[in-house]
Amino acid sequence: MEQKTSLLKDVVIRFSGDSGDGMQLTGTLFSETLALGGNVISTFPDYPAEIRAPQGTVAGVSGFQVHFGSVGVNHPGDLCDVLVAMNPAALKANVRFIKPDATIIVDADSVTADNLAKASFQTSDPISELNLEGRNIIFARITTMTREALADVELDIKSKTKCKNMFALGICLYITERDTAHAHEYINNKFGKKNPTVAAANNSVIEAGYNYAANNHLNHSSYAVEPAGLPKGRYRTLNGNVATAWGLIAASHAAGLKLFCGSYPITPATVILEELAKHKSLGVTTVQAEDEIAGICTAIGAAFAGRLAVTTTSGPGLSLKSEALGLAVMAELPLVVVDVQRGGPSTGLPTKTEQSDLMQALYGRNGESPVVVMAATSPGDCFYSAFMAAKIAVERMVPVVLLTDGFIANSSEAWAIPQFSDMAKICPPFATADNTPFMPYQRDDQTLARKWATPGMAGLEHRVGGLEKDCATGNISYDPANHQRMVDLRKAKIDAVADIIPEQDVVGASDAQTLVIGWGGTQGHIRSAVEQLVDEGASVAHCHIKYLNPLPKNLDQIFARYKKLIVCELNSGQLATYLQGQFPQYTFLGMGKVQGQPFTIAELVEFIKTQI
Amino acid sequence: MANYNYKPEDFKSNQQVKWCAGCGDHAVLNSVQRALPEIAEKLDIPREKFVFISGIGCSSRFIYYMNTYAFHTIHGRAIAVATGVKSGNPDLSVWVCTGDGDSLAIGGNHFIHALRRNIDLNVILFNNEIYGLTKGQYSPTSKYGLVTKTSPYGTIEQPFNPGELTIGAKGTFFARTVDAEVMLTKDILVEAAQHRGTSVVEALVNCMIFNNKTHANFAADKATRAEHTILLRHGEKMLFGANKDKGLVLDGLKLKVVTIGEDGYTLDDILTHDATTEDTTLHTMLAAMKYPEYPVALGVIRNTPSPFVYDQSLVCQQQSVKESSKIQSVDDLLNSGEVFEIG
Repeated sequence: MEQKTSLLKDVVIRFSGDSGDGMQLTGTLFSETLALGGNVISTFPDYPAEIRAPQGTVAGVSGFQVHFGSVGVNHPGDLCDVLVAMNPAALKANVRFIKPDATIIVDADSVTADNLAKASFQTSDPISELNLEGRNIIFARITTMTREALADVELDIKSKTKCKNMFALGICLYITERDTAHAHEYINNKFGKKNPTVAAANNSVIEAGYNYAANNHLNHSSYAVEPAGLPKGRYRTLNGNVATAWGLIAASHAAGLKLFCGSYPITPATVILEELAKHKSLGVTTVQAEDEIAGICTAIGAAFAGRLAVTTTSGPGLSLKSEALGLAVMAELPLVVVDVQRGGPSTGLPTKTEQSDLMQALYGRNGESPVVVMAATSPGDCFYSAFMAAKIAVERMVPVVLLTDGFIANSSEAWAIPQFSDMAKICPPFATADNTPFMPYQRDDQTLARKWATPGMAGLEHRVGGLEKDCATGNISYDPANHQRMVDLRKAKIDAVADIIPEQDVVGASDAQTLVIGWGGTQGHIRSAVEQLVDEGASVAHCHIKYLNPLPKNLDQIFARYKKLIVCELNSGQLATYLQGQFPQYTFLGMGKVQGQPFTIAELVEFIKTQI
Repeated sequence: MANYNYKPEDFKSNQQVKWCAGCGDHAVLNSVQRALPEIAEKLDIPREKFVFISGIGCSSRFIYYMNTYAFHTIHGRAIAVATGVKSGNPDLSVWVCTGDGDSLAIGGNHFIHALRRNIDLNVILFNNEIYGLTKGQYSPTSKYGLVTKTSPYGTIEQPFNPGELTIGAKGTFFARTVDAEVMLTKDILVEAAQHRGTSVVEALVNCMIFNNKTHANFAADKATRAEHTILLRHGEKMLFGANKDKGLVLDGLKLKVVTIGEDGYTLDDILTHDATTEDTTLHTMLAAMKYPEYPVALGVIRNTPSPFVYDQSLVCQQQSVKESSKIQSVDDLLNSGEVFEIG
């Protein structure tokens, strides 16, 4: 392959078309090729909530954005360098995501009066109607060329036309100076045995697209980037929901416990239940419960029966689970509750992202009811966060709420595959036969965890429940002093978790004056914004909090080093309010965004600049 | 037969029983503690494998009086928690103590879905037709027109019949007993334990304080019960009355009470109870019989073997997937699908 232009640091490409055009597959295949070539990638699928929105309309547009580069790619990118638009609606839906110097590849065959009308264009010239004249527009007759490439193939015209996404893939592989080997391998694995004709057709079309780009000198707009220099090793792509499921499975094996998940389907958390349901061979039991409450209650029952118990949900579901979560607090049973946050309140924005369940996770229960709260910071981190959530729950006999969000749940990144033998062990505090007479609420001096006696252990029969317990026997107690003591103990037990969580780290200028604080799934965006500001000479650093209750012990020392503390989060200031309550000696400035969308780097940079 | 030789005392906890004197729950506790030694022998279940789960209400305090593993959960959710216990560890014998409010009002959803799944739980439904622990409000089984604190002019709601609801929700086992019939209750519980699938045992219990004598018309004493209840036994004629001279026949599509020797009816005309038939028609009619038109049916009304038992299917499916799956370890999982090497 001829080297055409200087290599770029990073590039964003967005594939966009009708829901049925295969954009998710095209994007995934393209991203995998990039990752194989050693680029760091971050992807984000953006599809409609409706399953089959009307064809050709803006509502029916499905998109897949991939950001790839040599270093520092930890978010899917604000605006795209290349837009592939398979129809006029895709053009219209994405106009706000296009850079001023972007290349736009349009399927010229799709620009028909009918499609223009469906996408509500007023004129026959979508480019000028959308004010896209300055862009590098390539009208390629993708549909026609796809059919021509398959002229001799024994397939009906509809099946041939379906291959047009592979033509677009071929073009993109050419302009990013990638070869087509991985795409062919994938197609052969997927269709080769079942339907060799379809496999051959897709392979031909990939080459046709690639050759079209080469023959038409699309190298004028080359988007090659240099490899990232990732450490040697085995990698895969992984989205946050699958990573969460796998982290829980790994934890169950590290603990020697069978995994139990009781959940009710809810967007955007459902994939975790779906993924866990596949893995019965690894000792996983899933119950699709009749409602959210049954989801957590079956999990609590399984925890009582000695399983690593999990329930997965999103914001409205967490609301429904509140009372039962209090029962887990009272019964002091290990439980992991995963909340994949979405736009709220009420049904809100089910397919869009937000970080607005922090207060609900911290405080959304009756009574004094502390739980451990933590938040995953990236798709791959969901694996490690889920593992750690399970470790804390089991070893400390507490419920843990793990917050992820719709963005990291659906995004994927290249992920270095760990070895199970390198992962931490999890040690359940099981009672032993000599713990008789069994005192269910007797505690370990350090951890304050009670012992776990599970049905089937002879001689340790005991009763637990939601009524206040005597601090040793577990019998019902209305004694005022005992209640105070138990409330204090339950809090102290959560606080003691601070002993095993890592110290908070800070990234950025060492003598910085301003600290930008974030939590959860915004890590990539905030990190990029701060890096950009540091590159520009600004005196800023970034502190991204994963453990929210208890907070890391060294946070106070960190905050004390900075003149200005800015909290950036996708809500109206929940972490800022929480930190202000915990650390009244400092002032926390808040930047909140509640639009159902991730931060853009540009808006973060702009806001932080106004504050420093 | 196992050889545990448990006594009822072995299942009594050290906690003081705190129900009101005269409450029907005392008698049911007595029956359960008599039934468990027999169940332990028959099904080879050691004491540590019995688990009692309850919700909220007077009857849900039951579990504190049992010397077994037990969990007093939250209002309405006993069956959901029990579903987690049983599917988490299908090896356990799981019992649910719940009331008419707990399982048919706030917990109605879990009740019908447990029956639909036919998970192997034994549900003892204490029906006193009133909310006792909150001090006297009408429940979903209160008779129409009942005057209570929240229905000072009488309820304007139709009650549920737990038997109809159970059978309508695909239930495979339904039995009814009254608190005073301690040995009948015990026998029914043993049969419920042997049934694979969800068993619902409705125990008609009296609340002395807030709904006294709600079942008295047909259940007040032995003589009344003889005349106004019918004890159904599988394979036996549906006879009742002190002299066993009354019985049930089908008159068209309805049940009819007849007296043997009157109107030309003989013993041969009387229906024979088949608790095992899958057909729900007669079971539903028997469960629905109300005083005074009919005798109230006691005993095991429905006990249908079903191939669809949730916890058994769960274990079978896990075993077959384990045998056929390529993924046998966490490392297999992490390296499954598309993986690539760098360097």
